[in-house]
Amino acid sequence: MILVRPGRVLGLCHRYFYIYTRSGFRVLDVIFWPVMDLIVWGFVAKYFMRLDSANPTAITFLIGAIIFFNILNRAQQSISVSFLEDLWSRNLLNAFVAPITVAEFVASTFVVGLTQIFAVSLIMSGLAFALYAFNILTISFALIPLFLNLLFMGWSLGMFTTSLIFRFGHQAEALAWAVPFLIQPISAVFYPVSVLPEWLQPVAYMVPATYVFEGMRAVLSGHGDITNYLITASGLNLFYFIAVSIFFGAMLNSARERGALAKLVV
Amino acid sequence: MAADIKTEPETIVAVEKLHKSFGKAVAIDEITFEIKRGEVVGLLGANGAGKSTTIQILLGLIAQTSGHVSIFGMDPWKERVAVLARCNFSSAYVALPYNLKVIENLDVFAQLYGVSNRKKKISDLLELFEVGHLAQKMTGGLSSGESTRVNLCKALLNDPEFLLLDEPTASLDPDIADKVRKLLAQVQAERHMTVLYTSHNMRDVQELCQRVLFLHQGKIIAEGSSEAILAQFGQETLEEVFIAIARNQVTTSFVSGERL
Repeated sequence: MILVRPGRVLGLCHRYFYIYTRSGFRVLDVIFWPVMDLIVWGFVAKYFMRLDSANPTAITFLIGAIIFFNILNRAQQSISVSFLEDLWSRNLLNAFVAPITVAEFVASTFVVGLTQIFAVSLIMSGLAFALYAFNILTISFALIPLFLNLLFMGWSLGMFTTSLIFRFGHQAEALAWAVPFLIQPISAVFYPVSVLPEWLQPVAYMVPATYVFEGMRAVLSGHGDITNYLITASGLNLFYFIAVSIFFGAMLNSARERGALAKLVV
Repeated sequence: MAADIKTEPETIVAVEKLHKSFGKAVAIDEITFEIKRGEVVGLLGANGAGKSTTIQILLGLIAQTSGHVSIFGMDPWKERVAVLARCNFSSAYVALPYNLKVIENLDVFAQLYGVSNRKKKISDLLELFEVGHLAQKMTGGLSSGESTRVNLCKALLNDPEFLLLDEPTASLDPDIADKVRKLLAQVQAERHMTVLYTSHNMRDVQELCQRVLFLHQGKIIAEGSSEAILAQFGQETLEEVFIAIARNQVTTSFVSGERL
């Protein structure tokens, strides 16, 4: 059974490459918001530190969180927004009646997302170093597993969002941007889980990103070993990735049975 | 008897008691038909007759409620990729990405269909449809006629054995429509391609299709050659037959020349 053939994935990636490089606004959209976040919140943190001479690691936490959250957000959007762009350009029908598997389609959005994340993270890391003397390499070897965990969680969220678009159609489009921000308050991005009300903390511990952000703060504050964080985040990510893949397939089939897929793509 | 079986053309599409309903609304009501290799079959009917649903089931975009569909002897639902690799599709209403150049669009789809020697294939098709000069033009900037011909280039990239055409000459001026018709006829004859053709242009159907299926309210109510259908309905043109069916002026069904 054929699942993913590299030639087909490359073909789909070529399509995204042409679409992105052809439009300056699209490139701007990918880079603009994360860079703005970094600049605004970085200066806000600097200002607060000057006001009450807070712990100097606070700015480090905040900059790290902004860069890391962008990885999650961008990974999610690489799938959901790419799908929407295909819908808006009424191009999905031609793609859906081509001999490509759903796995190949999704894999191409993974590759596109990965490329965008590398590019944007590089720009943000450079800016963070220039403006706030924040060196992301301080995180050292933990950087890669933390990064991979956020990437996988973003992909799962992207597939989940796209599944909801299959189920509810165009009215669910806003979720393509909203979903990462819906889980942001409970995933300990900018503050530790202990800040949350007690009843909410168990929910936070069900989110893989929580362990990534807690782990990132532990590394940045020099409290070394984050192995347990990484193992828990990876386990949860694996579970969610499998569950969401099954959900995605079920929603796609349901859309085919209800005729909703044809309505979406034609 | 054995000799008869040997000369019988291969069945490319077999549809048996195909039924599709959306809730209580019946879109297709137990239709049965076959398309043999090399046949050009017209699928006609007014808006809402069930043409699009039939095509979308054949393309695997919609699942049938009941009945059986086989293409090349395979179930297009279970063996989607294998079936689609030998088919292609073009519609006047489905555009290629507007912000890619024509050459880029065709190259992307050539990759998706696993076409070898992509450059030559694309260049040959562009020349065949007389749109070679548009290769570097943005797809979004093409006229209707140019866009139709580029869509047809895409539809022939993989040398499909079975081609589904959804109103390929819609919104074309008579001159371009005539050119497209002639080119399609030429390509079909050269490649002995099987074609399912939907159109509201009865001239297209009369010129290109060896057999016509008339759909009305989800049922096939007439099937046969254009001449046979005209004779059966006592009309001069397919357009008159179409109007009579659409206005419910026909109360009996005709299939393969027999009044049911």
